[in-house]
Amino acid sequence: MAVQALIRQRFFPHLWCPGCGHGIVLNNLLRVIDAEGHDPYSLCMVSGIGCSSRISGYVNFHTMHTMHGRALACATGIKLTKPHLKVIVPMGDGDAMAIGGNHFIHACRRNIDLTAIVLNNRIYGMTGGQYSPLSGPGIFATTAPYSSIDNMFDTVKLASGAGASFVARTTAFHVREIQSILKKAIAHKGFSVVEILVGCPTYFGRKNKLGGQVELMEHYRDSTAPIGSKKLEENPRLVQRGIFVEEERAEYCAEYARIVEGAVKEQ
Amino acid sequence: MEAYTINAGWCKGCGICVAFCPKKALCLRGDKAVHDPESCVLCGMCELYCPDLAIRIDKPAKRAGKEAGA
Repeated sequence: MAVQALIRQRFFPHLWCPGCGHGIVLNNLLRVIDAEGHDPYSLCMVSGIGCSSRISGYVNFHTMHTMHGRALACATGIKLTKPHLKVIVPMGDGDAMAIGGNHFIHACRRNIDLTAIVLNNRIYGMTGGQYSPLSGPGIFATTAPYSSIDNMFDTVKLASGAGASFVARTTAFHVREIQSILKKAIAHKGFSVVEILVGCPTYFGRKNKLGGQVELMEHYRDSTAPIGSKKLEENPRLVQRGIFVEEERAEYCAEYARIVEGAVKEQ
Repeated sequence: MEAYTINAGWCKGCGICVAFCPKKALCLRGDKAVHDPESCVLCGMCELYCPDLAIRIDKPAKRAGKEAGA
């Protein structure tokens, strides 16, 4: 089956700007679903609001396009009522870390079996390029014309600290790595967080004079390095890529089923 | 069926496939990607990089047979 069979072709060409990293993530996510032979109707994609959240409209799975930042809360409800579904939650950096920050840390803490994909373009694209909690100091945005002074979250550290049992990071340039990480994240029993650094040429690239989509891809190629690599040893300031946490821990739906079973027996 | 197709209706001409093709087998004509079958080795990188899902490569059957046998 080709990936074209997994999308709602009537909505293409999609609404993202030329060279948008979200399209690359969609492309490679579909290839993972195809290669792993998942039945599209065994999958549910739940998203919030933002450019990245439009992914759910394009895939031919069960989908739900929900409220800004609340995708994980809705996904938690779906997973608890239909635990056999594999639930994938694509979120933007603002959607996951600002508006949905509270839902994010508590989903991590519960270790519920969802796959959260944080598409980090370091900007609010859909609303016109405002800075986000992942922009970081020194970044220019429409709301920071003299550069941002806000420190940024580290998604990997935040997710690890909050209790996610699978945490990884990659970039839109490393397409094969996206596939290998997403494959593991979807198969993982527990809360998986995959941060993917994606380029927003329209706002982030232009405001920060980082160039167009090709230059942004080169930027992510050159400014990141795999965990434990020689490249990272030589330049420890590079952003680390790879799988940071992969642990087996009690999963929320399984624990909930155990409690229900115990309660039924007692009656 | 052609092994390599570019859906011009979906291609937005971002040029990512052109920039990262290891064989430089792609170019932009107007604002659409165009493929040169002479220099292309069907490595498939452009297919993975295309943000518009416009590139489709149907690999020859012998490769599928090799994978099945492995």
